[in-house]
Amino acid sequence: MGNKQTVFTAQQLDAYQDNPFRQRIAEVFSEDGEGNMTLDDFLDMFSVLSEMAPRDLKAYYAFKIYDFNNDDFICKADLEKTLNKLTRNELTEDEVRMVCEKVIDEADLDNDGRLSLEDFQHMIVRAPDFLSTFHIRI
Amino acid sequence: MPRKSETTRKLEDVGIDIDGEVDSEDEEPRPRGRANNRRQAAGRKGKKAAASEDDEDEEEEEAPRNRRTANKKKAGKARVSEEESEDEAPKRRRGGNKKKATKAQDSDADSEEDEKPNKRNKRGATNKKQKEEQNNKEKKGDAKGKGKGKDKDNEKDKKKKKDNSSSDSNTDSEEEESMSEGEMARLMEEVEEKKKLIANIRNKPWRMKRRLTLLKEAQLFVDKFEGALGKGKGRKLYAYKVMMMKKWIKFQRDFENFKTACIPWERKIKEVESHFGSSVASYFIFLRWMYGMNLVLFSLTFGLVVIPEVLMGLPYGSIPRKTVPRPEQPTAMDYSVLMDFNGYCKYSVLFYGYYNNQRTIGFLKFRLPLSYLMVGIGTFGYSLMVVIRTMAKNADVGGGDGEDGEFTFAWKMFTSWDYLIGNSETADNKYASITTSFKESIVDEQENQKDENIHLRRFLRVLANFLITCSLGGSGYLIYFVVKRSQEFANMDDLGWYEKNEVEIIMSLLGLVCPMLFETIAELEDYHPRIALKWQLGRIFALFLGNLYTFLLALFDEVNAKLEEEKSIKNASIWFMNEYYANFTAMNPNNTEATPPPVDPSDVIRGPCWETQVGIEFVKLTVSDIQVTYLTILIGDFLRAVIVRFLNYCWCWDLEAGFPSYGEFDISGNVLGLVFNQGMIWMGAFYAPGLVGINVLRLLTSMYYQCWAVMSCNVPHERVFKASKSNNFYMGLLLLILFLSLLPVVYTIMSLPPSFDCGPFSGKDRMFDVIMETIDLDLPAFMGTLFGYVANPGLIIPAVLLMVLAIYYLNSVSEAYKNSNMELKKKMQMARDEEKNRRNNKDSTNQVMKDLEDLLPNRSLAPPAPPEEKTENKPDQGGKAPKVKPGTAGNGVNFQKEVSLASANPNARGAVTRPPGPRGPGPLPGNNAGPGPGRGRGRGQPPRS
Repeated sequence: MGNKQTVFTAQQLDAYQDNPFRQRIAEVFSEDGEGNMTLDDFLDMFSVLSEMAPRDLKAYYAFKIYDFNNDDFICKADLEKTLNKLTRNELTEDEVRMVCEKVIDEADLDNDGRLSLEDFQHMIVRAPDFLSTFHIRI
Repeated sequence: MPRKSETTRKLEDVGIDIDGEVDSEDEEPRPRGRANNRRQAAGRKGKKAAASEDDEDEEEEEAPRNRRTANKKKAGKARVSEEESEDEAPKRRRGGNKKKATKAQDSDADSEEDEKPNKRNKRGATNKKQKEEQNNKEKKGDAKGKGKGKDKDNEKDKKKKKDNSSSDSNTDSEEEESMSEGEMARLMEEVEEKKKLIANIRNKPWRMKRRLTLLKEAQLFVDKFEGALGKGKGRKLYAYKVMMMKKWIKFQRDFENFKTACIPWERKIKEVESHFGSSVASYFIFLRWMYGMNLVLFSLTFGLVVIPEVLMGLPYGSIPRKTVPRPEQPTAMDYSVLMDFNGYCKYSVLFYGYYNNQRTIGFLKFRLPLSYLMVGIGTFGYSLMVVIRTMAKNADVGGGDGEDGEFTFAWKMFTSWDYLIGNSETADNKYASITTSFKESIVDEQENQKDENIHLRRFLRVLANFLITCSLGGSGYLIYFVVKRSQEFANMDDLGWYEKNEVEIIMSLLGLVCPMLFETIAELEDYHPRIALKWQLGRIFALFLGNLYTFLLALFDEVNAKLEEEKSIKNASIWFMNEYYANFTAMNPNNTEATPPPVDPSDVIRGPCWETQVGIEFVKLTVSDIQVTYLTILIGDFLRAVIVRFLNYCWCWDLEAGFPSYGEFDISGNVLGLVFNQGMIWMGAFYAPGLVGINVLRLLTSMYYQCWAVMSCNVPHERVFKASKSNNFYMGLLLLILFLSLLPVVYTIMSLPPSFDCGPFSGKDRMFDVIMETIDLDLPAFMGTLFGYVANPGLIIPAVLLMVLAIYYLNSVSEAYKNSNMELKKKMQMARDEEKNRRNNKDSTNQVMKDLEDLLPNRSLAPPAPPEEKTENKPDQGGKAPKVKPGTAGNGVNFQKEVSLASANPNARGAVTRPPGPRGPGPLPGNNAGPGPGRGRGRGQPPRS
């Protein structure tokens, strides 16, 4: 069967343990919202994270991943959480606050102090390396 | 075909891109499947079909059922077949057709998995229609994905065929008979649409369940009718093409990786960058660049000068210049030779004096003197070219300091993590680099936000510059004064230790104190650290120029002294020769042929050979510079770090946080050290061809050594700042140094007479006479006259004028471009602001956006969803009925199209009601699970924000 892969090796699964958002990804894609994935969910995840997935689809799921409290808006609390995950809490409170304010300031088009899906997409489709970083290769 | 595990099968269906190829084996069973179809079609009995192969999923059953509504008489049979489907699998397995068995199992498993309330299935049917409309709308946008997806999916159709087609084959067969031309065309159209759907399905923002359902329906449809229409040729070729495409993509990816892996030290530098910021990394990038350039210089020098000399030149000891003189011989092998480069080192290929002035050497008639001169000039030419080219390229790339993107922080926040990272070490580095880059941007941002008292700031800056100019002038005068004094001292005897070493002491004191002084004064200015670094570099550079000045001055004094000495020795040796020949002819009057005096080459009187002396000075300087640098790192960084780290356990105060702390990486000092070192190399390479080799070794070791030192003993700067994208400031310094070092070398080549008894140019008036000689002797006569014309001032002056004009013109053009660039940037900024202000475009017209909005879980999962669904589904179903019976209802396709056109919006909203996935009633447990992340994507509780 060529090099088509039928089984995930332990290393391959381990390899994705470093993603700071791993828990969040599992939650977003799982049907019960707690990270327990059915096969369909799993396939969903990989299909979204594959290279072939269209940009808007990826952006949508990225939005969901970063929307920690599931309120369909990325608010400041979400941003802080994201930032702390990304930097492993190495920034000071002031810096975190400043960065979050800047993010909102940059991307919030309707001035409601939080990022809606629309804001997020508007921002993310212009990002030069979003497509190249938001995918997983098996 | 080998059995596939269910996972794989599913993966394929979904179209996940597992780096595999489309296996062409899948093709083989197809004809059989088709044959089956045909047979059934011929049999034309629904009963038989049902008994033989019907193993539909429940959901797939939906489509047939719809058809049956129009075609009532078949319905019963189909239902029977549905019930029997469970029994079918074993039966066929018994039949021995392994492949079919697999298929059956798959689909059975699917159907079990997919067991859901009936409503769901109904919805699936409705969706079929919606999806088609969407498909129509989207197909243009998705044109790209289509090509790839299509044939893969097509292949899947074929595989599925057996499973799917049979149930409806009876219906088909009857329809086929009564199909007219127009119907045929319509059918084809519809099949095309389905195919498009199949091709695009993986790009749809749907949940897996829905996708599978739709995919199967579409495949079923296509299979059924495509067979009837006699299409489907050339699939193998198509599959092959896709396979090649995939391979090609993979190859490109691997090739990219390979290319990155080929960049030397990229990993090391990235690691440093992720922990210390781009400013420190810029030093290492500069170092790497320098190494590359020196490697070329090295290969030039060694390939064209040193190696020919070693291979084809006269061996050691054959002539005086290649022999250690007798008085030096006892100490020629001392260990100290390695330090001061006397003894055997001095009379080796490493230095100018060793080379002979034979016009050609070896059987290849290699013109060594000419080659020597050309390499000397070529070194400078190449360096100039490379530096300027790099500068131009850098200016082209970014030029701008920092970035003025509109979403700096947002992009950093949302796109900086690379989901591909699958290695914990890489992940650590990535964390560090993200943190660092955030810090860099924060520094930039703080700098922007700083509300400052402009007048005070300006005053302070002027003051700081004044102070620094004063101290620079003061140290310049001090250097001048000390050098003057040392020249006086040179004529005096019985000097103390201090008087002898005064210049060096003063110079190193200045070098120690002034940078710190500058740094302190620069605090007043309060520049952005990046700009502050540039100022600091420029100021220290100015200070170091004093160093260079004294060094060159001392060198020229020495050279002049040597030239005087040489003159007397030359006279003496000429006198000796004359005496010898006079005696020789006197003793043997018959023998007019003079044989050289029978003196051992090591006893011959020889001149001081100032070129070699200069070369030795440079080599010594370089070597001592290396030693000092390495020792400084070892003591200043490593030892300090060790002490701070381990003595901290038993010390009165906190060493790590308190006074000594760990060292920071001194960017300005290191860059300038590198730049000045390179200046030394350029100046010295002409007199000591081996110097380039030493430098290459130095750069190589220093790359590893400094990387290690930085990573293990230094801490990041307090304010990590982003280096400007281009290293152009470093390059500018380098260019300046290059010009400065070019001057003395050109001066010696053009105006000082070479030593009479050493080096490749001995016996000539000036070094460049070699070129004249070559033109006269080796090139045809007309070349000589040509050179004469070219060297004519009448030609040179217009040429220079022309160049000046060209420079002026190009300069003004680039100025104009810059202006228009600024203008455009301003316009973009304005447009951006406008867009930000305009927030009335809530209702997006973009279909894809709508589709995605539909995915929003709160809408799809909201409690009122189910009733809504029902109400919306009804019209859809109505619209669908004609479509599924294209054969009998003549205008079925049209009707369907009308519906789709007329009700674009309701349909889009229909998608709203459809949750993205098979999660109709599902979310409730998730919701019950409680608040927090555990709630998953449940819509539910109002936002916390």
